[in-house]
Amino acid sequence: MCEMSILQPPPAKYGGRHTVTLIPGDGIGPELLNHVREVFRFSCVPVDFEVVHVNSAVETEDDISNAITAIRRNGVALKGNIETKHTMPPSVKSRNSVLRTSLDLYANVMHCQSLPGVQTRHKNIDIMIIRENTEGEYSSLEHESVSGVVESLKIITRNNSLRIADYAFRLAREKGRRRVTAVHKANIMKLADGLFLQCCREVASGYPDITFDSMIVDNTTMQLVSKPQQFDVMVMPNLYGNVVSNVCAGLVGGPGLVPGANYGRDYAVFETATRNTGKSIANKNIANPTAVLLASCMMLDHLKLYDYASLIRNAVLTTMNETRLHTADIGGQGTTSEVVQSVMRIIQIKIFN
Amino acid sequence: FCSSTWLKNAIQTVTLIPGDGIGPEISSAVMKIFEAAQAPIKWEKRNVTAIQGPGGKWMIPPDAKESMDRNKIGLKGPLNTPIAAGHPSMNLLLRKTFDLYANVRPCVSIEGYKTPYTDVNLVTIRENTEGEYSGIEHVIVDGVVQSIKLITEQASQRIAEYAFEYARNNQRASVTAVHKANIMRMSDGLFLRKCREAAEKHKDVKFTEMYLDTVCLNMVQDPTQFDVLVMPNLYGDILSDLCAGLIGGLGVTPSGNIGTNGVAIFESVHGTAPDIAGKDMANPTALLLSAVMMLRHMGLHGHAKKIEAACFDTIREKKVVTKDLGGNSKCSEFTDAICQRVKDMD
Repeated sequence: MCEMSILQPPPAKYGGRHTVTLIPGDGIGPELLNHVREVFRFSCVPVDFEVVHVNSAVETEDDISNAITAIRRNGVALKGNIETKHTMPPSVKSRNSVLRTSLDLYANVMHCQSLPGVQTRHKNIDIMIIRENTEGEYSSLEHESVSGVVESLKIITRNNSLRIADYAFRLAREKGRRRVTAVHKANIMKLADGLFLQCCREVASGYPDITFDSMIVDNTTMQLVSKPQQFDVMVMPNLYGNVVSNVCAGLVGGPGLVPGANYGRDYAVFETATRNTGKSIANKNIANPTAVLLASCMMLDHLKLYDYASLIRNAVLTTMNETRLHTADIGGQGTTSEVVQSVMRIIQIKIFN
Repeated sequence: FCSSTWLKNAIQTVTLIPGDGIGPEISSAVMKIFEAAQAPIKWEKRNVTAIQGPGGKWMIPPDAKESMDRNKIGLKGPLNTPIAAGHPSMNLLLRKTFDLYANVRPCVSIEGYKTPYTDVNLVTIRENTEGEYSGIEHVIVDGVVQSIKLITEQASQRIAEYAFEYARNNQRASVTAVHKANIMRMSDGLFLRKCREAAEKHKDVKFTEMYLDTVCLNMVQDPTQFDVLVMPNLYGDILSDLCAGLIGGLGVTPSGNIGTNGVAIFESVHGTAPDIAGKDMANPTALLLSAVMMLRHMGLHGHAKKIEAACFDTIREKKVVTKDLGGNSKCSEFTDAICQRVKDMD
């Protein structure tokens, strides 16, 4: 599963080893990313992690600035979700959001596929979701003009809409996908979503081999829960992307399974697709490491370490589909460490054959 | 002199807006079933095709407005919005005229109409006047558009309090506020605060908060964990349709709109289906269930239960159901089957 990115990965310096920024985050992030390091060490992956902690309990932006600098330096990062505490004043923005916008990681890509070993209501789902990742409803531009009246601005620009549409079509073509669906609410938000839709249409005209259609977001969710197999590639602005990616992740088995990638022109950051902190299950050895492990494989593909990526990915999927060692979130009784042990066992067998 | 008997026998007048397309035939179906159930309802039919008043402002016909203001309760079929330039959406016009601030959609799995999801039993309560649908958009510079989402203390308080009142009146155990206050700190933050305040005043109802994305994620995996959901406009739009999808779509989902001054309009939320209009093929279930919701709102629980049971039993038996429900009966046949069941219940 080779993910396309428009950018060249940073070259491996220092004896063919890459340095990748690692942000443990909160909740289940630290423990799962530790497992990733464990698996990488075991498999002798030529990647060194530069760990940068971001403390979500402080109001200053120093931690996140350091993290951003580190990512600029290394070019690639693997991260857990950083919690946004509501007790903070509204001026304290979501750290994850700040990271995405500062590094201009404009494309959030998620590939939702039904896994044979996971019991779900719907089968044969294979949807690629491309979500605009920097603007829209996530512009963080809010003000209280009059007491008791808050305005929140949703910004849609022609540049970013063209950019994301272009990304979607190029990815569709590279992967041999047949159809791109733009998700919007242009019947109500005539100017904003209207602009987005128009940009998608413009880009679509340059790809006559790919079918382009559009669907209103509420109908989209209805269709997803009844007939998700009809969708191929979907492109949409930020908030609808949030909704649709979570619906799709739920359809294929939950937040523990799907990896996600955030691509910009110069940087790439990998994480789970649904970005959950998982506070309630943290440090109990029950979290599902699949999504994070698969995200680390996407990262390895990005670094052109394809063999290592395939090795680990196959081990994870074999554990999921053949050994059927499942954590609680997908109906099993395995612990996180049992799943990780299984993955390493399979890797060991593979390496020694 | 028993006041409850008096209440039971008192005929209440309800404004009926048949609507366009399949509207008239499904409205007739509902009227027929209500008659069979001997529901104490008198229907006052009105047309709401928009007219231009003095000054060119679009409005609903005065006799329709007068009827609703007097009766307070209305039942409405699907409406067409003509593509005339400047003509507002009919639903928007109704909403503004009667300040219909809460859109309520109970989503209950229908036994006999199989979907991948069973045991769904939740209610979405959506703020219907502001939020992302304020319609305030500007072109800042060429290629940059701004759309304003408006959240006010007043509207948020109103919807939050309605949600808790609804939970109390309908024996629902919990209310969950759906938001994205991690990203929209001020606007959704305000909404959330108002929900928390309303929760304080209704300690008998459990209150939880959940991010929109987490709700979506969990909803498609296990919808049974949800009870009453309250949220701002856009999230409500998306979630209410998602939940409708879980139970089988807009053809079987009821909906009610609550306004100020005791006005409530119950409606089917599907389209006018012009391709099957007049062919006796339509499925009146959505409008019927909305009418049942209306009966409950009016306190006529006995009749509501009877009609709802008759409808569900007919669907479950699968012998006389419309095409979209998996059969090949006509609308009139389906209606008659329900009428017969209702009569048999007495």
